[in-house]
Amino acid sequence: MHQHSFDINIENLSKIEGHADLYIKVRKGEVLDAKLKIVENKRFYTQAIRGKMFNSVPQLVSRICGTCSVAHLSCCTEAVENALDFKPSDQTRALRHLNMYGLMIRDHALHLYIFVLPDIFGVQSVMELADKDEDLVRQAFIVKGAGNRLCKLVGGRAIHPIFSGVGGFLKLPEKNGIKKSIEELYSVRAFATELIDILLESDFNFTRKSNYVGIANENYNFMRGEIMSSEGTCIPERHYWDHLNRVVIPYSQATGFRFEGKEYTVGALARMNLNRHNMHPDTLHDVPEAVAKFPSDNIYSNNLAQAVEMLHSIDNAIEIMETWDFKQEPRPVIKPKASEGVGVIEAPRGTLYYLLSFMEDGRIRYGNLVIPTAQNQIQMEKDIKAFVPELLSRDMERHDIEHEIEKLIRAYDPCMSCASHFLKVRWEDG
Amino acid sequence: MVLEAKGDGKKKLKVGVFSFTGDEGCVIVFTELLNEYFFRWRDLVEFKYARVIQQKNVVKDIDVAFVEGAISGFKEEKMLRKIRRNSKRVVAIGSCAIDGSPSNHRNFFDEQTTREIMPILRKFPYRKKVSPLHEIIRVDETVPGCPIVEESFLNILNKYLIEFGIVGRDSNEKGGKQ
Repeated sequence: MHQHSFDINIENLSKIEGHADLYIKVRKGEVLDAKLKIVENKRFYTQAIRGKMFNSVPQLVSRICGTCSVAHLSCCTEAVENALDFKPSDQTRALRHLNMYGLMIRDHALHLYIFVLPDIFGVQSVMELADKDEDLVRQAFIVKGAGNRLCKLVGGRAIHPIFSGVGGFLKLPEKNGIKKSIEELYSVRAFATELIDILLESDFNFTRKSNYVGIANENYNFMRGEIMSSEGTCIPERHYWDHLNRVVIPYSQATGFRFEGKEYTVGALARMNLNRHNMHPDTLHDVPEAVAKFPSDNIYSNNLAQAVEMLHSIDNAIEIMETWDFKQEPRPVIKPKASEGVGVIEAPRGTLYYLLSFMEDGRIRYGNLVIPTAQNQIQMEKDIKAFVPELLSRDMERHDIEHEIEKLIRAYDPCMSCASHFLKVRWEDG
Repeated sequence: MVLEAKGDGKKKLKVGVFSFTGDEGCVIVFTELLNEYFFRWRDLVEFKYARVIQQKNVVKDIDVAFVEGAISGFKEEKMLRKIRRNSKRVVAIGSCAIDGSPSNHRNFFDEQTTREIMPILRKFPYRKKVSPLHEIIRVDETVPGCPIVEESFLNILNKYLIEFGIVGRDSNEKGGKQ
């Protein structure tokens, strides 16, 4: 019988994007309280976008998040175009897919190689990892660099891309750059596969039931499809909001969400659980053992899911660049009108939702955004509450418990910058 | 005297990388620069504080602190002063740190919108306005851009690698690259 009593207070968790604190209260071996506090300060984007013009707002919301700026920009652009009844050309769609694949490669690589691998190798940073296994760290930066360069090729910059806009791309990727990127992506495939093997061997395990929610479609793209849940829901993207319940978490700078009244999980794990059969044929062919691990209720499988998605993104990016001959298209004329539009995409960390309402002159009247990390917040906290007793039963020291919980939180790949900047809450004073 | 251009692995520039209110885009650019410079900087730079890449961090005895983001909360203001006290040089990286924008939307809200967000501002609580670093502490250098321009960051880092005697004065290659 374990009768531990202690408080855990971690300020500023490391190796995640943004700022979060953790508070856990254990008395006589029982978890009385567990709070994950997103302490990132709000920048009030929901308010800031009001009155802004339809064609400038994607660049503005790109600034909600550095690491997934391409996702915010793409999702917002989709909402604007849906509102104004504009259909982008097939070439524009292909370029947007390509930009998203680039994002997935560089963002998943950052999380897996820089944040997660040190945990797996039992070191505290990528610097210490380099002392242990220099080749692996060299691979890490080559893969991450390939994703970064692909983003630069398509968007002009990796963070806050400048070529992408409402209606289409201002500038097309250069032919020579495409050729180089294809070669580079072919050469990093083997490294991505090696990473998958490392994660396959990892014995990190915390298995629990959750409802998995995400976009599913015929080729596992991140831009459009139907929203599915592992409990059997299938709804059009535009109805997503109708199935969400907003939950105020008083001590957190971000609100949480429930899907159809229950906590749920979004992100790579959810996508793999729902839609793995539709991944790129080359990916399915080369890593069948990894794909066979899904569906999974082990939250650490989110790491493996991201690694498989990285390979899938490499394969799709290669295919797009090998099949398309991008040509300058005439710039479309898009007329503003009083309207409303929804954009939903799969960002690296899960389903991202934008609803934008416009006035007649094209200025925004109102916007509503739902961010992946905010959606995972309730499930994350529930997991922590259930995980601590399990760790106590393994007779762990407090310091090790802290580290284990950090690892668990990191597996969700939370992004606090994103989570805290969208909501409109009226706090009840007192 | 011309110093050895390559670091000998003993004396390193003690660097801190800090993030305040913003989207972390500048720190992400820093992590992307690692793609090319990680093994070079391993010999030249010691990260005293870089929460994005390591677990153990201290705000003490820092040569150069690179700070992104604007200052929106009281805790941030306190931490920023602590960084200044413990760093020989402070560099504001990115437009939020340099002039507050785009993290300072609320400074420009009309009365009605300000009323709308007031309960949140009081609850946590926030500073009256969002400030760039220079309104609170002395800033030695800036790296402009949203996010930062890679070339400018490398130039500033190189300047300090020379100034602190980590690399030789003839080492004009960016980021200490030979």
